Amino acid sequence: MVSEAAKNYINKKSFSKTFRGYLKNPLSLFLAALLIIGALITFFVLLYLIIYILIKGVPYLTPELFELTYNTENVSMFPALINTITMTLLSLLIAAPLGIFTAAYLVEYAKRGNKFVEIIRITAETLSGIPSIVYGLFGMLFFVTALGWGYSILAGAFTLGIMILPLIIRSTEEALKAVPDLYREASFGLGAGRMRTVFRIVIPAAIPGILAGIILSIGRVVGETAALIYTAGTAAVVPEGVMNSGRTLSVHMYALSSEGLYTNQAYATAVVLLIIVLVINWVSAFVAKKLAKV
Amino acid sequence: MKKIMTNNVKEKTVEIIFFICACASIVAVCLICLFLFAKGVPAIGKIGVFDFLLGKEWSPNDLPASFGIFPMIVGSLYITAGAIFFGVPIGILAAVFLAKSCPKIIYRFLKPAVELLAGIPSVVYGFFGIVVIVPLVRDMFGGNGNSILTASILLGIMILPTIIGISEAAIRAVPENYYEGALALGATHERSVFFAVLPAAKSGILAGVVLGIGRAIGETMAVVMVAGNQARMPVDILMGVRTLTANIVMEMGYAADLHREALIATGVVLFVFILLINALFSVLKRRF
Repeated sequence: MVSEAAKNYINKKSFSKTFRGYLKNPLSLFLAALLIIGALITFFVLLYLIIYILIKGVPYLTPELFELTYNTENVSMFPALINTITMTLLSLLIAAPLGIFTAAYLVEYAKRGNKFVEIIRITAETLSGIPSIVYGLFGMLFFVTALGWGYSILAGAFTLGIMILPLIIRSTEEALKAVPDLYREASFGLGAGRMRTVFRIVIPAAIPGILAGIILSIGRVVGETAALIYTAGTAAVVPEGVMNSGRTLSVHMYALSSEGLYTNQAYATAVVLLIIVLVINWVSAFVAKKLAKV
Repeated sequence: MKKIMTNNVKEKTVEIIFFICACASIVAVCLICLFLFAKGVPAIGKIGVFDFLLGKEWSPNDLPASFGIFPMIVGSLYITAGAIFFGVPIGILAAVFLAKSCPKIIYRFLKPAVELLAGIPSVVYGFFGIVVIVPLVRDMFGGNGNSILTASILLGIMILPTIIGISEAAIRAVPENYYEGALALGATHERSVFFAVLPAAKSGILAGVVLGIGRAIGETMAVVMVAGNQARMPVDILMGVRTLTANIVMEMGYAADLHREALIATGVVLFVFILLINALFSVLKRRF
């Protein structure tokens, strides 16, 4: 058996060898160039977007933008920031238990080949494909009108809760499946029941994967606009309660850029949104890496 | 004995609670279908199926008002086709590069970059479109810049991570034997990848493209911000156009009565489109 290192050594080609090979084979050279161009375009679009918005936006991150109340003079994003946090917490409060329990049912309780499991999978897949504007319409028809909540933070949070449910179900399911059966068998062998095994052994072992999913869904909530305009409304205030209307940061940014009067402030808001997304992605990757180590 | 009984009761309760939670997504899908169809389908009946779907005029404020969404359907299709044109080739090439040609060090940067591309909010994309792509298109091709072309380029960028993610997984799922077999027959690395591995990953890549189509049709905010939103039949890719999603967002704020119901019916049409695309996606996914 050849060792991995030896194999790498044998298969190693020097640069000039590769180059000479390409000269003999212009099609291969062309294809290799295509691949690199594709990857470069992807990378540079991202880089350009981020750097452009940072350069244009950072100079406008003035203290006025973070004053406690919004008016047309300071165009403060502070209320929107607070609403974003409230919205995120509320929608997670709704979706996280539902999603985690659903996944636990699918992985730990349901019998294999169960028709019911199949139906849940299909509905979760359907939910994850529905565009956010359709969620917005549904939220407006159901929570705002039928239940009579009006444009409110709560209506927005429930709408977003349904929207992120499939994401949480899927990531939790994968995290639970990754827990070795050995853990469960050992727990059963020590006399623990199914409930105790799930709550004390399986879910704690799957926490990093579950967290990574939850963090990603925070990203969805923070970035969402279309589902919120007609559910949570666009009032630029910190609402007195969850039954009042309030705009999140993304909605705030949409309002700014569609009014066309506050382009600079829109740049600054974009910077804040980008930074939030960057941090969320980084934390999620960090947590997921921890999972890989376990 | 008593303890075992209470334990059994507890176990059963927990199982039932889990079961009820698991029903939530089913309930959600049922409610969404119920409310959308209950409000939207009667409106289609009132306007008339053909007048609604194939009517070329959308003027809700005229007397009598006409509610034809054909321009929006065509607009959505044009912009989606454009996004496919820009996004798919680049996405597949990038996916092949990530899966087959990428040195580990570069992969460590490129993969998170693609994931970040997926995480950027659509308003930020839309804003980027307004300040960068719209002036670019205006200067290079004329017109006012808010056009089918602009929206297509922007959506092409936005569907990249979807296509790259699923295509990469599909390419990696192809057994290594295919690649090694081609190498052993004397093909170069690139030829092996393009002519042995890629054809084998065909249905997975197609699934990625279909999912990308779903994303493009459903995208709202970014399109509203750059597509111009004129409700008329598009004849030129430098003209503005309105999509189904844009129609809802633009007018829902002030619509009333039949106008409002017609907008919900627009949502129903969009929803049916998406359901069809999702069905296609799961059929394709099962094959790979």
